[in-house]
Amino acid sequence: MARLEARPEPSRRMMLVSPLIAALAMLLTGAVLFAVLGQEPAHAFYVYFIEPISTGYGVGEWLLKATPLILCGVGLALGFRANVQNIGADGQLTVGAIGAGAVALQFPDAQGPWLLPLMLLAGTLAGMAWAAIPALLRTHFNTNEILVSLMLVYVAYLLLSYLVHGPLRDPEGFNFPQSRMFQPAALLPLLVEGARTNGAFLLSLAAVAGAWFFCDRSFAGYRMRVSGMAPGAAAYAGFSEKMNVWLAFLISGGLAGLAGVGEVAGPIGQLQQSVTPGYGFAAIIVAYVGRLHPLGVLLASLLMSLLYIGGETAQMELRLPSAITGLFQGLMLFYLLAADLFIHYRFKPRLQIVVPPHPRGAPIPGSGETVP
Amino acid sequence: MSPDLLVSLLSSTAGAATPLLLASLGELVAERAGVLNLGVEGMMLVGAVTGFAVTLSTGHAGLGLVAAMIAAMGAALIFAFLVVSLRANQVATGLALTLFGAGLSAFAGRELVGQTVAPLPHVSLPVLSDLPFLGPLLFRFDILVYLSLLMVAAVAWMLARTRLGLVLRAIGESPHSAHAIGFPVVALRYGAVLFGGAMAGLAGAYLSVASTPMWIEGMTVGRGWIAVALVVFATWKPRRLVLGSYLFGGVTVLQFHGQGLGLAVPAEFLSMLPYLATIVVLVIISRDSRTILLNKPMSLGQSFSPDA
Repeated sequence: MARLEARPEPSRRMMLVSPLIAALAMLLTGAVLFAVLGQEPAHAFYVYFIEPISTGYGVGEWLLKATPLILCGVGLALGFRANVQNIGADGQLTVGAIGAGAVALQFPDAQGPWLLPLMLLAGTLAGMAWAAIPALLRTHFNTNEILVSLMLVYVAYLLLSYLVHGPLRDPEGFNFPQSRMFQPAALLPLLVEGARTNGAFLLSLAAVAGAWFFCDRSFAGYRMRVSGMAPGAAAYAGFSEKMNVWLAFLISGGLAGLAGVGEVAGPIGQLQQSVTPGYGFAAIIVAYVGRLHPLGVLLASLLMSLLYIGGETAQMELRLPSAITGLFQGLMLFYLLAADLFIHYRFKPRLQIVVPPHPRGAPIPGSGETVP
Repeated sequence: MSPDLLVSLLSSTAGAATPLLLASLGELVAERAGVLNLGVEGMMLVGAVTGFAVTLSTGHAGLGLVAAMIAAMGAALIFAFLVVSLRANQVATGLALTLFGAGLSAFAGRELVGQTVAPLPHVSLPVLSDLPFLGPLLFRFDILVYLSLLMVAAVAWMLARTRLGLVLRAIGESPHSAHAIGFPVVALRYGAVLFGGAMAGLAGAYLSVASTPMWIEGMTVGRGWIAVALVVFATWKPRRLVLGSYLFGGVTVLQFHGQGLGLAVPAEFLSMLPYLATIVVLVIISRDSRTILLNKPMSLGQSFSPDA
């Protein structure tokens, strides 16, 4: 068997190729899975990946579902680069939705153009505040931010559940656990007629551009990158680890909160028991598949969003369970992590035993003897 | 408080504590070998759905539990292959395992929703369970409650008193030294992760076969993560897991008995308690960074490559 040897330096080419390998492996597994489920793989692929985006409305849905993934993914990637592991984006998104929803419900008659910006601000700040808890506990009490941010996801879900069952429930809603529908002034404008893509998509593109600038051009972004790659060097240079933790959490929390606003002031249009099918968790995969780079996150979000809407189409047309989406997402990250091995390692070719070209009896140069 | 309520509280506390104890015990062994597996939640879900499906189709809870352990070990094997053999990032791979387990179990369990099985029978220990008061209080649980406590004792003994435990701990502290001495680092790390998988599978199946007896998508609701936190709480010492698990079991039970105990708090806030308690406990334990530094396996979370 071929053995692995460490590359002298990480392969940039493999960095970029590995997500493609992962996507390809996921598609292959998908083909096998479709066949096992009794589907014609080619047709199932068409229904899953082509048909959903074959109409203008479909493309709109594609971008719509990519929006929260981009917003959360960009923020998470920023933190992962600095070795700050925020995995609670789903909770920060939920709290952002609550913040925006509370503003919209507080001013039921407001029609002014100030309402939407206020909602965006409230959602972003709420997401930041939620993310500030793990940041504070990590910087002041040395507490593991992975576990704290994850625990707060469940707390956020329960908080939303309490609110829509109690204080924010629509009094005329037949006791359904949901708020009243937001007034039109509290909804994000649609980008084009006939599709549900809204202004949040533009905000997500702005986040990509902003994060790119922050990472590659700002000193704070540089400090975060160095801290992630070489913590010792960063400490020696006097870069503050606490500063990185705070920046990573506030940025990713704010962006996740913004994603929450995009959901409730967009396709959902009210507060419900649940406002996310796990975008914040899918965004973890997006961040890794996107190589922790804002542009990569954008592309990975588009792929992941296609998995979501493809899963819905496949459920309607082929009666395939929509849970298959979650399976694909998990598989993809597995494949990526496996393929990433080749960034740092390569196969060592097996050594060939070279047979000397001298036949028996030939004179050995300079010795006067012959080969035995 | 009436004796009946006390018995009922304690018995449901044991029911809530047992899956936490099993899962955290498995995670503790993996972490002592230097492998941080954040996929406990996913392995529990795989175990829960498998255990329920097999129990439902065969009618034997025992078979269901064994199948759950095997299935979760399968999931753990993927993780072990990625982090031990392919040296992938442990945090990212653990998250992948959790997401994969959630997706896989939802996919596999889509036909099982709404069905139910007979819950795991409670064993009555002869003589002991007939003792007045103490009998129902301490000796009428299902078999896994006792088994989990026995497992803790066994693991504690293994880690502290056997050669296997010594080597395992050596690997967790310094895989390079252990490798240089000639200990099988890779094999033992595989073994530790697989043991963690088996325990997580058993814990998941306990939820779907013993406590709730039904399958609900995502039914672990963070218990796998709490189990990871419990290992920190226990400062990587098996015996302290019992304390932690029963403490958290008690907090979890509060939400069901909250109304009965006269707590006029909305149900959602009571349900938040285990998560908030986890945060509080983590803060208390981690506040002094020396506690963590002194007890944490030194190589925890780091990949090991024999040639480096």
